[in-house]
Amino acid sequence: MEAFTTYTGRGVPLRRSNVDTDQIIPAVWLKQVSRTGFDKGLFSAWREDPEFVLNQPRHEGAGILVAGPDFGTGSSREHAVWALQQYGFRVVIAPRFGDIFRNNSTKMGLLPVVLTAEQVADLQDAVERDADLEITVDLERREVRWGTETAAFEIDDYTRWRLLEGLDDIGLTLRHGEAIAAFERDRQDWLPVTL
Amino acid sequence: MGRTLAEKVYDAHVVRRAEGEPDLLYIDLHLVHEVTSPQAFDGLRMAGRPVRRPDLTIATEDHNVPTTDLLKPIADPVSRTQVETLRKNCSDFGVRLYPMGDDGQGIVHVIGPQLGLTQPGMTVVCGDSHTSTHGAFGALAFGIGTSEVEHVLATQTLPQIKPRTMAVTVDGALPEGVTAKDLILAVIARIGTGGGQGHIVEYRGEAIRALSMEGRMTVCNMSIEAGARAGMIAPDETTFEYLKGRPHAPSGAEWDRAVEYWTSLRTDDDAVFDKEIVIDAAELTPFVTWGTNPGQGLPLGEAVPDPASYADPVARQSAERALEYMGLTAGTPLRDIAVDTVFVGSCTNGRIEDLRAVAGVLAGRKVAGGVRMLVVPGSMKVKKQAEEEGLDAVISAAGAEWREAGCSMCLAMNPDKLAPGERSASTSNRNFEGRQGPGGRTHLVSPAVAAATAVTGRLAAPQDLGEAAGGSGGSSPQNDADL
Repeated sequence: MEAFTTYTGRGVPLRRSNVDTDQIIPAVWLKQVSRTGFDKGLFSAWREDPEFVLNQPRHEGAGILVAGPDFGTGSSREHAVWALQQYGFRVVIAPRFGDIFRNNSTKMGLLPVVLTAEQVADLQDAVERDADLEITVDLERREVRWGTETAAFEIDDYTRWRLLEGLDDIGLTLRHGEAIAAFERDRQDWLPVTL
Repeated sequence: MGRTLAEKVYDAHVVRRAEGEPDLLYIDLHLVHEVTSPQAFDGLRMAGRPVRRPDLTIATEDHNVPTTDLLKPIADPVSRTQVETLRKNCSDFGVRLYPMGDDGQGIVHVIGPQLGLTQPGMTVVCGDSHTSTHGAFGALAFGIGTSEVEHVLATQTLPQIKPRTMAVTVDGALPEGVTAKDLILAVIARIGTGGGQGHIVEYRGEAIRALSMEGRMTVCNMSIEAGARAGMIAPDETTFEYLKGRPHAPSGAEWDRAVEYWTSLRTDDDAVFDKEIVIDAAELTPFVTWGTNPGQGLPLGEAVPDPASYADPVARQSAERALEYMGLTAGTPLRDIAVDTVFVGSCTNGRIEDLRAVAGVLAGRKVAGGVRMLVVPGSMKVKKQAEEEGLDAVISAAGAEWREAGCSMCLAMNPDKLAPGERSASTSNRNFEGRQGPGGRTHLVSPAVAAATAVTGRLAAPQDLGEAAGGSGGSSPQNDADL
């Protein structure tokens, strides 16, 4: 996983609520068996509309998506995270996220930042006024800064540490191999097996 | 202080707990399908890691599979590659697979319970958000992403932060003609698509206890549409009756020990939920969605809402956009909405009782001219049973298409899809934009409403229909009990 400490860049306002993962990456893109090439599928239905915010040249190259509440609801497809990252996003800011999307993001190093609905609206307004507005997302200090504004966000210590270090979970878990083996020895013998 | 059902199951699976770290949770059953697993198996290969417990892992082909011509190779080369990749991965890593055409094949959330692999008190995960279905048995079951799929394959555990708990209590009895699907659509409309976020929902109360296992699976299945991490129902006699004698259920003395443990899996009287809502079952009626998220639903007797009636600007904007996408006008009675396609199937409503409900309405009736109706059983076993009961003959005689098992038009990864602008009544779980095909418009409904809608060509409930020809069939689609 790519480590995340601080990112400074421009934002894109996505003024929609309930952006489900079917919109982020429609199902037709899920048939690939590799982890690459999903940038083309990002919001592919919405991008057919020339007015769609990602099609506006002034927002080209932005790394922070500023979206409405309940971003990433629905399907568990991690392809949604891969698509956002491969398109160039490092951060998604929203008032609330779907649980599975949020988990998937932190496994991959895409930072999901929860701000209040008012803060998100303020940031969207600010980016609409000035597409070149510089936004800093500082994971170490757990804050987002733009213009004269500073907004604190919450993230649990462990996830923050893992992101700052760019550690992947499997390696960390395998350190506890003995605890897993001990648990397995005590499992009830009626529990089903598939083989 | 007492504990909730969710807490009991969670606590029983903690492998390791340390201050400032997530708990390490043991996973009893890992279900795998072709869409969210290839990159996970690749990750194992690159790291030189085996699957730790292939004996707690099972795979099926469901999302991509065509529902016709099973004996021919899959026509779409990309779908074919994905299915072939799963076959190779299962073979390389020693995972049991139910491939297309096999008697045991079906939608991942239909085959787990059918095999008796899903049991009370277990932890169940799958790279699919509708894993919440298995919570109907009192299992803690939730969807995960591909990175977590790889984690479970490698370690049989998952790091987890203990979710909060929420009680949804449904008091009283459901009125005749009102089903589990209507109930859960009403719950989602009430609490919204984010209402369960960060929580495990436990469904309780008289109306829940009265549901069959199949109805309970429908309810738990859609927990994710309310944003919940998982949905659960405490196991009881209905659960044990369903499980007894299934291929992977315990037997003999082990059965008795298991039942003793399962009986302890209920929320203690003095346990406290973080959030609670209460619903009166008597007030529920057939429920359908009008918008583009599962929370945008109303009783069938109502009209398309006016976005201006929403005080919350976010809800208003969302409703405006939904009406535009759905091609609907505020104030139109929902019963006036004409459909092109009716889809019956999916992990929400593709089980035998669902097909019985559909056949019950279709018997002696015809699908309206110009309407296409697809009936897709949730598994090959469900299909076989339906055929033994003669349901396929009733469904075909009405003019509907009787198909092979798979996810099909629920997410349109196979050839079953809506054309742009087409409108469906669908027993599936998501009415998202383009979910059933680019530009397609979806109304989520119960199996009974789907069948009645197919007959009239407009959103309808069975009680809207006249007498069926020959006096067979009936206006009461109440599901038969136990299976």
